[in-house]
Amino acid sequence: MLHGHQSWLFDQRPVILASAVAGGPFEAEGALAADFDILHDDIWLGQESFEKAEKKFLEEACEKTIHKAGLKKEDIHFFFSGDLLNQIISSSFAARTLGIPFFGLFGACSCSMEGLALASFVVNAGGARYALAAASSHNGAVNKQFRYPTEYGAQLPPTAQWTVTGAGAVLVASAGVGPRVTCATVGRIVDMGISDPFNMGAAMAPAAVDTIEAHFRDFNIDASHYDLIATGDLGKVGHSIASDLLTKHGVDIPAEKFTDCGLLIYKDSQPVVAGGSGCACSATVTYGHLLNRLRKGELNRILVIATGALLSPLSYQQKESIPCIAHAVAMEREGNE
Amino acid sequence: MSNKKNKKLSATQQEYQKFAKDREPKRPLLSNCIHAFIAGGTICTIGQFFQWLYMTHFGFTEITASNPTVATLIIIAVLLTGFGVYDHIAQWAGGGTIVPVTGFANTVASAAIEHRSEGYVLGVGGNMFKIAGPVITFGVFSAFVVAIIKIILQALGGM
Repeated sequence: MLHGHQSWLFDQRPVILASAVAGGPFEAEGALAADFDILHDDIWLGQESFEKAEKKFLEEACEKTIHKAGLKKEDIHFFFSGDLLNQIISSSFAARTLGIPFFGLFGACSCSMEGLALASFVVNAGGARYALAAASSHNGAVNKQFRYPTEYGAQLPPTAQWTVTGAGAVLVASAGVGPRVTCATVGRIVDMGISDPFNMGAAMAPAAVDTIEAHFRDFNIDASHYDLIATGDLGKVGHSIASDLLTKHGVDIPAEKFTDCGLLIYKDSQPVVAGGSGCACSATVTYGHLLNRLRKGELNRILVIATGALLSPLSYQQKESIPCIAHAVAMEREGNE
Repeated sequence: MSNKKNKKLSATQQEYQKFAKDREPKRPLLSNCIHAFIAGGTICTIGQFFQWLYMTHFGFTEITASNPTVATLIIIAVLLTGFGVYDHIAQWAGGGTIVPVTGFANTVASAAIEHRSEGYVLGVGGNMFKIAGPVITFGVFSAFVVAIIKIILQALGGM
C-alpha cells in the first residue's frame, strides 16, 4: 500500500489474467504486428466516423481480453478507461456497450498506466476480484481534434509524432496465473514551459524523469532492479532528452535497458517522424509486446512509465504551455518473487 | 525565442528549454527550400501548360485563360486530396504545395472531407473554411485597405 511519498506497493500481487490489443493497418505494418490480437486493414472499421471506429477498437480489445480470461462481462467488477477525445467519449461509449461499472480517466497518453495502477490498487485492496483497464487512440480522430484534417498538406517538423490507432486492455484479478503487478508510482504535473504541440517528446520527457526518480526514491531501488524500463510515447526526441536528463540528475539507466513504446511499435521505414504517440501507444506495446515477453520469461521485471501531455486545442491556442504527467507501474513474471 | 516569452519562464524552465533545444533535430531548412522550389515550380509549370492549352486550342486570351487554368489546378488538387495523396506530397514539398492555389484548395477540401461525419450543415458547411477562413478574412480586409489607399492617392492626383 502507500510506500514512500507517492507510490503504492501491491502486497497481494494482483495478477494480469489476460490482455488483448487491437490495431489498425499502420500498426499491422509495424515492428510489433505479431503481438497484436486483432489487426484491421481499414482505419474506419466500417464505421461512419473516426470516433466511432476508435470506440470499436476499444470494445474489441476489452471483449477479447475478457474472452481470453475465460470470463463474461458480468464477472468484471470495475472498468477503468481513458482516451484523448473530448469528454473521453470512446471510453464512455465502450463502457455503455460493456455494461461494467465504470471509472472514466483523463490522463491523456498516460491513461494506460493510470488505469492499470488504479485497477491494481482496487483489486489489491479487496475492492474487486476482477478489474479491467483499457486505453485507446485513433490517428484520424486525434488529428481532427488536436491538429489538422487528415488530408491537409502541412509539413510535419522532425519532432512530430504519429498517433497510434488501436486499443489495449488488461484484466487484473486477485487470483490466477499470469504476470503480477507489484507496485506503482503516481506522477505529478511537470511543466517546463514547452508550448509546441508538435514537440510532445520534449514536453513530456521531464515528467517521465520526475516519476522515474520518485519511483526509485520511494522504493529505494535503482535501475538494476528492472530488466526493462520503458516510457510511454516520448519518441526519438523525448527519449534522448530523458536519457540525458537522467544522466544529468545522476540516475543511471543502461541504454540497452531503457526504451520507449513509441520507438518499439513502428519500423524505421515507416513515415512516423519521431515515433509513435497516443494512449494506444503505451497500451498496445505494454499489454501486447511487453506482457508477452514477461509471459515467455524473456523478461522478469519491467517498469512502464506512461507519459501524458495534458493540453487541449483551446489551451494551445491561448498560448498556454503543456502540463505533462507520467505514471509508472511495475510488472513481474509469474513466479518471480 | 523572444525575451518577452523568456520572462514568463522560471530559471529551471529556461535551462531545460535550452537543454531540450540542443537535442531536438532542426527543421532541414535548405533541403525544405529546395523541395519547395522544385514542387512549387512544377505546379506552376503545369499551370503554364494549361494556360497555353486554353490559349492555343480554346480561344482564350492570356488574361481570360487564367480562370480555367486556376479551376483546373483546383480540381486536380481536390481530387488528389480526396484520394489521400496530397498530404503525402506536401510532407516532401512543404511550402511548395502550400503557396500555390492548390494549397488553398487542399485546405478547403481536407476540412470538408474530415467533417463529413458531422453532417452537411454543421460538419461540412461549418468547418470547410476552418483553415482557409483566416486567409479569406484577412485577404479580403487587406484588399479593402489597399483599395482605400489607392482611391485616396488617385483623389490627390498621385496616380
